[in-house]
Amino acid sequence: MKIAEDNPPVLSALDRPNSYIGRSVSRPNIKRLAQGRGQYVSDVMLPRMAHVAFVRSPHAHARIKKIETDAARKSAGVIAVVTGAGLAKVITPWVGVLTHLKGLKSAPQNAMAIDRACWQGEAVCAVVARTRAEAEDACELVEIDYEPLPAATDMETALDPNTPVIQPSLGDNLCFERKLDAGEVDKAFAESDAIVETTFIFGRHTGVTNEARSIVADWNPGDQRMTVYQGTQAPHMMQNLFAKHLGIAEHQVRVVTKDVGGSFGIKVHCYADEMATVALAKLLKRPVKFVADRIESFVTDIHARDHRIKAKIGVKKDGTITAFEIDDLTGVGPYSMYPRTSGIEANQIVGLVGGAYKCPNYRAQARVVFQNKNVMCQYRAVGHPIATAVTEALVEMAAAKIGIDPLEIRRRNLVPDDGYPCAAPSGLKFERLSHHESLAHLDAMMNYAGLRAEQKKLRAHGIYRGIGFASFIEVTNPSAAFYGVGGAKITSQDGATVKLDAQGSIIVQSGVTEQGQGAESVLAQVVASSFGIAIDRVRVITGDTDNTPYGGGTWASRAAGIGGEAAWQAGKALRANVLAVAASILQAKPDDLDIRSGIVVDKANGTERLPLEELARIAYFRPDTLPDGIQAELIATRHYVPRQWPFAFTNGVQASYLEVDIDTGFVKLLKHWCVEDCGTVINPQLVDEQIRGGIVQGIGGALFEHCRYDERGQLLNGNMADYLVPMAAEMPDIEIGHVVTPTADSELGAKGAGEAGTAGAPGCVMNAINDALRPLGAKPLTDMPFTPDKILRALGKV
Amino acid sequence: MNDHHCDIALTVNGEPVSERVEARKTLVDFLRDDLALTGTHIGCEHGFCGACTVRVNGEIIRGCLMLAVQCDGAAVETIEGLSDSGEIADLQAAFERRNALQCGFCTPGVLATAQDLLKRGGVPDRATIRAHLSGNYCRCTGYHAIVDAIESVAEARAEGRAKGGSS
Repeated sequence: MKIAEDNPPVLSALDRPNSYIGRSVSRPNIKRLAQGRGQYVSDVMLPRMAHVAFVRSPHAHARIKKIETDAARKSAGVIAVVTGAGLAKVITPWVGVLTHLKGLKSAPQNAMAIDRACWQGEAVCAVVARTRAEAEDACELVEIDYEPLPAATDMETALDPNTPVIQPSLGDNLCFERKLDAGEVDKAFAESDAIVETTFIFGRHTGVTNEARSIVADWNPGDQRMTVYQGTQAPHMMQNLFAKHLGIAEHQVRVVTKDVGGSFGIKVHCYADEMATVALAKLLKRPVKFVADRIESFVTDIHARDHRIKAKIGVKKDGTITAFEIDDLTGVGPYSMYPRTSGIEANQIVGLVGGAYKCPNYRAQARVVFQNKNVMCQYRAVGHPIATAVTEALVEMAAAKIGIDPLEIRRRNLVPDDGYPCAAPSGLKFERLSHHESLAHLDAMMNYAGLRAEQKKLRAHGIYRGIGFASFIEVTNPSAAFYGVGGAKITSQDGATVKLDAQGSIIVQSGVTEQGQGAESVLAQVVASSFGIAIDRVRVITGDTDNTPYGGGTWASRAAGIGGEAAWQAGKALRANVLAVAASILQAKPDDLDIRSGIVVDKANGTERLPLEELARIAYFRPDTLPDGIQAELIATRHYVPRQWPFAFTNGVQASYLEVDIDTGFVKLLKHWCVEDCGTVINPQLVDEQIRGGIVQGIGGALFEHCRYDERGQLLNGNMADYLVPMAAEMPDIEIGHVVTPTADSELGAKGAGEAGTAGAPGCVMNAINDALRPLGAKPLTDMPFTPDKILRALGKV
Repeated sequence: MNDHHCDIALTVNGEPVSERVEARKTLVDFLRDDLALTGTHIGCEHGFCGACTVRVNGEIIRGCLMLAVQCDGAAVETIEGLSDSGEIADLQAAFERRNALQCGFCTPGVLATAQDLLKRGGVPDRATIRAHLSGNYCRCTGYHAIVDAIESVAEARAEGRAKGGSS
């Protein structure tokens, strides 16, 4: 068995005795999960709990003329049948806009459609019954008279004058538009020796969390409180939204998030059917449970990545990249998703294209349009897989055109490692990145020269292997610049409370959440280190708005970098509090003491002075023995938000080695590499596994995953037999390497590692396929996913 | 159909169970809803994802593709039983050590499938392990760590057998 490399980098500020920083310690929650003793929302059962099933629109666009519910109401076990109009009496509609995305517009969205359904799958009527099966039986008895309306499904024609306007109140189908023109693009193209121009298509795909979206809402009229058990990444954000739209105060809402069966950005949004479930609980004064089935997941979980990008790069003979230009078009469904909006993905793409390179000339246009399809919004690595694929494919196509090696063109154009701080042409600011060191590490790790030799040899035998690369940058640790400045109540700060219990152990309460990434492990590691105690004496509590400091949750790779820093500072603060008490007991100076492995010691020589058990005993049970004026404060809370930089940026480079069967068009992935720089590595194993999982998710988009719609807006493959996801047999082994460039914005120096894998993998695989097929004269493939059919077409075989 | 019920008697994790169930009820719904054995999960309900994998009469099956009534007289084993009996303790320990699970939702099914392979003996190569897992969907790990963990247990058990110990 391979054990993750366990060599902590030199970390002077963090170099505490018995530090857990940089060590691959086991996750505190892993045993429970491995024994099937997790507590997922889909497992929650409460007294008097009812189940809701939804009747959903079979049409992409239809007027709802009449809903006949009598037969359903009489069905066995039915408690209530509620239409959109009925529910609107309990919950108000919302509009998914952010003021800093200038011009972004959307129409009010209701928890259930009232007069009109705008996508196939939108909930139209709710049936609440004793069991889910009885609710589904009754759904079949609800008769809805629809008048089908023309559906606008093609993003290319969304803005044409003869295309129906989906939301008449908005005037047109344009949701958001952004233009950018930096440097001297036309001049740069004119001075180029070669220009590559092509169109990229990215297939709409989705998160396919193994546990579908799940929620149990419990309204208790006795204490006027709503307790919501929800598989969400952002409990405090949801607390705010439930309160706001039910017309109650935030303190009346408690959101509890225990184990979550996968999230990946799917579970960080406000879903209409979850809002409906909460409203039904309020209406019916009892707990109501909704667990999406797989088909519901496919038609209502946010989709992402549906982009068509016309792109252009200019290059000189010496390999200097002269300019980038993109024209991005994306269709996001009938509403901008609430509350993060559906404009962020395109906005990110505009910001990120070319961001790793020195080239100052960059022009971009992005248009986000409405369609009668399921909503699109932020999914793992938001925009990065697209921006990276476009940039890196252009770079490799340019290299091929002028005949230089794909690594060499990067060496000549990537921003030098000593060229920071700097800003991208789009204005994004970079503190410090390590593209060149990462590239050199990758080159050695994969034995690039050896692979090229092997590739050449095998081509002579009719075996076509390809090597592709993708350098990438990745936004992490967002400040208020992401959402707060746009008016959304999504906090960018996070807090941690650390307390000493009566036996001298530590409890950590944090506003970030855990969906399996290892956030709880990271929190335990940093607190154990900064406070000075063995990690098995640290218990972490997350996912409960009643019992954690106000925080943003886990998304945008923020848990370690932001939540971790808050916990680090809270651990230090508690150490100071504890040492003040210890000093009074020991008649010493606090500065002369430290806490190591749960024992107060002399800082100078480590002599053991007082175990924490004894300190806790005195402080809690014999405070009368402490000197006058000494009140033990064995709890400390600290908050943290990045202030120096709007975002931390991580960087890295990936490589893919694969073989294309030119007779069948099948791609066999042989190996994948990634060198990543996420700043301080708190837990090498967790970082590596985040990257591996992220890479495979990116590979899914490159090779398999596609929400296929017909022109009527019907999803054709909304099940796991027809929508392909990466499975074990097709995936390669993945080797990970690290470069460590901590951010100076925090003491911990951690950036984030959750999305880098997904950001780089699709472009890297695309480049490898095109590298494999280049000697055969195939037209470069730029239309993801790269199915065997598309590969055979590129080869002219079908 | 919803008034159609059947009486069934079976053992679940070695304990005798007698229940009246709807004829249409799947095994996984029976385990989760009627017996509160929530360690077995529901991912897709159409036999693809493997989250509901359990053992029936020694064979791994999809709990969503088998009806509860089909289990009359059968011996059903779930993750709760496999954990409590200690049968897969080494496998669970390897998964923990190697961080071969993240959200953990697929893990009970993955462990049952892995044990099914390991029971056959020998040390399967990585491709064989991957092929055997090809019906278990994991969105978190990318599979590499799962393959590592299973490989390490296969090696350890083979070594144990070579030394004459029990597997």
